Amino acid sequence: MTIEAVAGEQADSPMMSAAKLVAPIVMGYLPVGVAYGVLAQQAGLSMLNTVLMSVLVYAGSAQLIAVALFAAGVSPLSIIATTFVVNLRHLLMSASLAPNLKSWKKWELALFAYQVTDESFAVHSARFARGDLNKTTCFAINYIAQASWTLASFVGFVAGASIPRVEPLGIDYALPAMFIALLVMQTRNKLHVLVAGFTGLTAIVLIQAGADQWSVIIATVIGATFGAGVETWTRK
Amino acid sequence: MDQKIIFLTFLGMLAVTYVPRMAPLVALATRSLPEPVVRWLSFVPVAVLSAMLFPSLVLKDGQFDFTPDNFFLWAAIPAFLLAWRTKSFFGTVALGMALVAAGRYFFE
Repeated sequence: MTIEAVAGEQADSPMMSAAKLVAPIVMGYLPVGVAYGVLAQQAGLSMLNTVLMSVLVYAGSAQLIAVALFAAGVSPLSIIATTFVVNLRHLLMSASLAPNLKSWKKWELALFAYQVTDESFAVHSARFARGDLNKTTCFAINYIAQASWTLASFVGFVAGASIPRVEPLGIDYALPAMFIALLVMQTRNKLHVLVAGFTGLTAIVLIQAGADQWSVIIATVIGATFGAGVETWTRK
Repeated sequence: MDQKIIFLTFLGMLAVTYVPRMAPLVALATRSLPEPVVRWLSFVPVAVLSAMLFPSLVLKDGQFDFTPDNFFLWAAIPAFLLAWRTKSFFGTVALGMALVAAGRYFFE
């Protein structure tokens, strides 16, 4: 029985609870996934490759960047290196989820890790923070999310030939808008607001200083350190 | 580019994406982390989302853009308000996209 069920707050089954929590991710993934599929088609990727990148790599922003690099004829090694830097933030996300998953077996952790994305991370960390650690819910969220992302990629590829530009539809704003919603849901107190503003500014300064691809991970490290520092300092 | 080379590139992308996702989970979950580390990690969600989001709102091609044409920035204000008031994920995404699309339709 889940902690929530014991507390009597929510009597949903693990699958029902997953369906509710994954719905927003799916809503966010559909437009972005379609946009990725359209751009992949226009960059000259085959239908199989367009879908396979969503199955194998499964990383929204890295996939969109990779497609642009393929279109520009950038070398495979540079694309892989860029992907590494862009996705390194998931290292911090996995580390931040880890303390909640002590009871899991190693293979379960290895399987779960495959689908740690910005969005699944945000939903899981919000769940874990309120004590919902149900494993079935965890995996259901991950698989439904990736299935919707992969399906959207396919739809985008098919539609790609008939959509000349995605900008008039505002599709390129789905990702920033999704981050706005996720950020607001993660922000639980005034210190979080302060950390959000501080980290955002740090990232902007880093990009201005030329650290484009490293900006997310460096700013995150600085921002989390700032938050932990202020918390320690104000407690004394 | 050759489709086979594109596929092989994916395998490299898979490796460099999966290992950083997997290593901390497998290495850290079974250990008890020191309290300051856990506290530090609790700020990662807010920090990482801000680091990804805010530059995309105020910078265009690496330059500050506070002109009325920067729809990404102006659409963010009602989107933030809606997210804060309703906690609606779908509503926020739909409003943001609709405002950017409308801005482009009417002002570009």
